[in-house]
Amino acid sequence: MSHFLRRQRYLIDFTLASLGRRKGKNLGLLGVYTLIVFLLASVMLFSQALRQEAGLLLQEAPEVVVQRMVAGRHDLIPAAYLERIGTLRGVAAKYGRLWGYFYDPAVQANYTLMVPRTREIAGGEMIVGAGIARTRGLGPGDFLSFRSGGGSTFSFRVAAVLAADAELVSADLLLVNEADFRAFFGIETGMYTDIALEVRNPREVRKVAEKLSVLLPDTRPILREEILRTYDALFQWRQGIVFVLLTGSLLAFVIFAWDKASGLSAEEKREIGILKAIGWETADVIRMKFWEGALVSLGAFLLGYLAAYVHVFFADAALFAPVLKGWAVLYPQFRPQPFVDGLQVATLFFFTVFPYTVATVVPIWRAATTDPDAVMR
Amino acid sequence: MINLNDISKAFNQGRPNEFWAVRGVSLDIEDNRVTVLRGPSGSGKTTLLSMIGCLSRPTSGRILLGERNLSGLPERFLTGIRRETFGFIFQRFNLIAGLTVLDNVMLPAYPLAPSHPELVQRATALLEQFGMAGKAASPVEWLSGGEAQRTAICRALINSPQILIADEPTANLDTRLSQEFMAIIGELKAAGRTVILTSHDPVVSEAPCVDRVVTLRDGQVQGG
Repeated sequence: MSHFLRRQRYLIDFTLASLGRRKGKNLGLLGVYTLIVFLLASVMLFSQALRQEAGLLLQEAPEVVVQRMVAGRHDLIPAAYLERIGTLRGVAAKYGRLWGYFYDPAVQANYTLMVPRTREIAGGEMIVGAGIARTRGLGPGDFLSFRSGGGSTFSFRVAAVLAADAELVSADLLLVNEADFRAFFGIETGMYTDIALEVRNPREVRKVAEKLSVLLPDTRPILREEILRTYDALFQWRQGIVFVLLTGSLLAFVIFAWDKASGLSAEEKREIGILKAIGWETADVIRMKFWEGALVSLGAFLLGYLAAYVHVFFADAALFAPVLKGWAVLYPQFRPQPFVDGLQVATLFFFTVFPYTVATVVPIWRAATTDPDAVMR
Repeated sequence: MINLNDISKAFNQGRPNEFWAVRGVSLDIEDNRVTVLRGPSGSGKTTLLSMIGCLSRPTSGRILLGERNLSGLPERFLTGIRRETFGFIFQRFNLIAGLTVLDNVMLPAYPLAPSHPELVQRATALLEQFGMAGKAASPVEWLSGGEAQRTAICRALINSPQILIADEPTANLDTRLSQEFMAIIGELKAAGRTVILTSHDPVVSEAPCVDRVVTLRDGQVQGG
């Protein structure tokens, strides 16, 4: 082992022994410090995972959705608009979509009813999202009755429950066939909720949207990238809200840690004098104190981050899920894919480990430069 | 040989409370001898000892260690010389509470970073030599006065210094322990070390191993 490393090892040994002497105080500090890192890292990991999840799910969504607007409100769009769009360069496919919302007073929740494009569903049957199945205790073969806006009651047999891996967006989803959908909501043939366009080349999406605005002035094109950006902003806003709520405890910790790290007791000052008198250099004393700050803050960082990782990816982020997922009656149950963003780790590291380490080293500088003969007096 | 040439030391120099603790002391301290600096409180013996041991610098005058002038050296070099040439035994022992006897003994060697097994072996050998091997793992606050002092002696010797410096080493000991301490000093002298002590305890100044007693009063040498 090189001289330099051995020297650092001796300093770390001494630091650990020093920390062990004030076990209660230092363990308390480590505990609070770890808790703070855990809270911050949990919020960061969870909101990052949500953004990631939303992005993955929206990969399947069409690049452009065209909605008809009447008096500034979203209205049904006639199938004739598909003809009016004609053949736009870059558009690989275009189709009308049927979807809507239904409020179920039985569980006081909103469902999303939708006609799937690629899945055949028999008349009188429906496929339900996992959230609805859970809340209403449904399984394949069960029946579900709704009263439509027209006053008549519709009964559907549950054909299947949607897979749980897409639960973030499908928890409240009900899939029915086109005829049942039109009958239930009273939407006549030839009308759609909106029109979806698939554009292969991402650089052509904006151009297509511009052309649509000219071609169909009473519509608004919604781009997938805009939805992604909105999700991003939404989750970042929620993350910000949680951070603001945490600010109080964060400030309390900063004051506590600063006081602990920067205040030198008379005993510590005396010890520094002894160390200098028996041959430690000023730099050795400062390095020793640096290791003290670094070991405490690094330990807290690793423990806190690890705990947050387990909390978010293995315990469903039980502490923050209601705030970060948003309000809902039918909370989706999903396990986010483990994902760690290097920049986020670096940011958290910089704002937790760095200030504490500096706070321990700065006051020691003054104490360590005093004359070693102080111990003789 | 340590040569002190017209050494003076002032505290709070240039302020109204300026105080000259040592004034114009010239002295030769020979190798492999036991020298005692004797005098009443405030006579300047501890201040002189701290300058000899490179813990502080004189305000004026020169201190030569062999051929080397210590007075003008920067702090870093003084620390190096202090670590390798001098071993210190303080009046209140100044052991670090909470650490074991063994850890306290090894402390002065940490900046030199010897191999760990070798350092432990060296410290254990010293503890055995001074009858403290059984206490190696005990925290120092459990020790009696005599044991604490023997631990302090082991710590002073861990880097094998040529010169041992002890400030009022028997101030906190009874007569029997003081005599035991002076017997150890005799052994260290026999092993070829130079020892410089301050004391106004007759047990120290009248011990058979002492070669020379220098009397100080009001910061000046009166005799010896």
